[in-house]
Amino acid sequence: MDDPGAVQTGAIRPDPVVTIDSKMFWDGCDREELIIQQCGQCQTMHHPPRPMCPKCHAIDMRGVKMSGKGTVYSWTMPIHPAPYGFNVPPIVALIDLEGGARILSNVVGIDPMKMKVGLKVMVEFEPTSGGHKVPVFRVTSKVS
Amino acid sequence: MVTKTRSNDAVIAGIGQTEFSKNSGRSELQLTSEAALAACADAGIAPEEVDGMITYTLDNTDEVGLCRCLGVKDLKYTVRVPQGGAGSVVTVFQAMAAVKSGVADNVLIFRGMNERSQYRFGRPTARGYPAVGGGSTFMEWAMPFGAQSPGCWESLTAMTYMQKYGVKNEDFGLVSVLLRKHAATNPAAWFYQKPITLDDHQNSRWICAPTLRLLDCCQESDGAVAILVTRYDRAKDLKQKPIKIHGAVHTLLPEHEIITDYYHSKDLSRLAMSETVVKRLKKMAKIAPTETQVAMIYDNFTPQIFMQLEAFGYCKRGEAKDYIRDGNCDLDGKSPLSPNGGHIGEGYIHGMNLISEGVRQARGTAANQVKNVETVFLGSGVAGAIIGAC
Repeated sequence: MDDPGAVQTGAIRPDPVVTIDSKMFWDGCDREELIIQQCGQCQTMHHPPRPMCPKCHAIDMRGVKMSGKGTVYSWTMPIHPAPYGFNVPPIVALIDLEGGARILSNVVGIDPMKMKVGLKVMVEFEPTSGGHKVPVFRVTSKVS
Repeated sequence: MVTKTRSNDAVIAGIGQTEFSKNSGRSELQLTSEAALAACADAGIAPEEVDGMITYTLDNTDEVGLCRCLGVKDLKYTVRVPQGGAGSVVTVFQAMAAVKSGVADNVLIFRGMNERSQYRFGRPTARGYPAVGGGSTFMEWAMPFGAQSPGCWESLTAMTYMQKYGVKNEDFGLVSVLLRKHAATNPAAWFYQKPITLDDHQNSRWICAPTLRLLDCCQESDGAVAILVTRYDRAKDLKQKPIKIHGAVHTLLPEHEIITDYYHSKDLSRLAMSETVVKRLKKMAKIAPTETQVAMIYDNFTPQIFMQLEAFGYCKRGEAKDYIRDGNCDLDGKSPLSPNGGHIGEGYIHGMNLISEGVRQARGTAANQVKNVETVFLGSGVAGAIIGAC
């Protein structure tokens, strides 16, 4: 988090933990693409990613670029104690993606009082302290 | 109903614990050694005779360290279980399996932690717990988004339940009030003589809005608990009335994750694993959780009690709030819940002090003793057990 080599000015969000098995996802984020893993044999979508398909046991995994559209399935706002890397409490949410995967992320740019399950959202990317990017979601539904 | 006891059946012969505090002033190894020694003394088994050890992947005390303190002469069997508290009852299953199979004769289950004074188990962490294999799976997917604490991880599941059944945070307060009422008459509880009202619950600060307030959370506690499991034919001449493990099961289902368990189903308001536990447990123990006299159910956060009561069969889905409000979980109710006050009222030794209370209830020696206890249900998310006097 306090990486002295951080290239972003002002970005304090924690970096993702990039593992061999998750690299395809995070590399995609750095390019501002939302990539979900798909089995190269049976085409089943998997998230979080893994090195072997639990359906057909193939190991040739590939990435599919998602539309970035999604729907809020669940959310909360961690207030106390404050999470590391955020100046204000973030809205943490589960997003059901168009195309079939659920990911944990943030909803940005909305008054928490107006936050609710079922809102339509669209992906965008925010920088982290160490120069990576992570997907977050902005509401596209009309909110009242 | 309850089956005849055989010589190689697994029984709980001893329980031991330290005090539950916010600052133990000693090492986790010392706490664990003290609890282990107390469990051996309770059973009447010499500590050097312990030949099996079971704890969690998350526990900081090494078996070899504990052996050096207890003077164990020949440790034949060790195993560590995943999942943390939701897997606490897995230890009972593992001990039963080891003893029944003859792999070990005196199996010590232990869990010790300075999770308040030495570190803060409930606070956000920048990097998460040790990643895969260290008791966690996919927290790496949560950290960059500020989902860095157990309360936040739990909230995302709780919200799906609130949304589906129109439940509000004040409904979860029913659990806090109930468990604090039980703790208030248990001298071993941190919150002894400190009951709360629903107003107190609603006036406690938000941890995660609008899901969890401070009083929805278990307490970070320092302390240790140990349980000694042996065979019936060895236990019947020991100091305590042997408490038989009538059945114990563990399950992991497809796409399951530990605490950030968001990927297994479209509908996260339902605990499919706990439902599976009950199905298998009924077959093994020949008795259902609802037929026991005491329910010891893992309460890391209040919504987990709602969801587990439903999944373990105590009430229909979406009805936990009414079930609790109607008094079913009270000490004189149909299925008293955690008479020690649970993790919310007594202390949080990660599931283990619920198991020891279950043993006291089955022996008839608890501070808040339920009347006419034959059997007790131990439930923790992915595992369940039914215990009772032979």
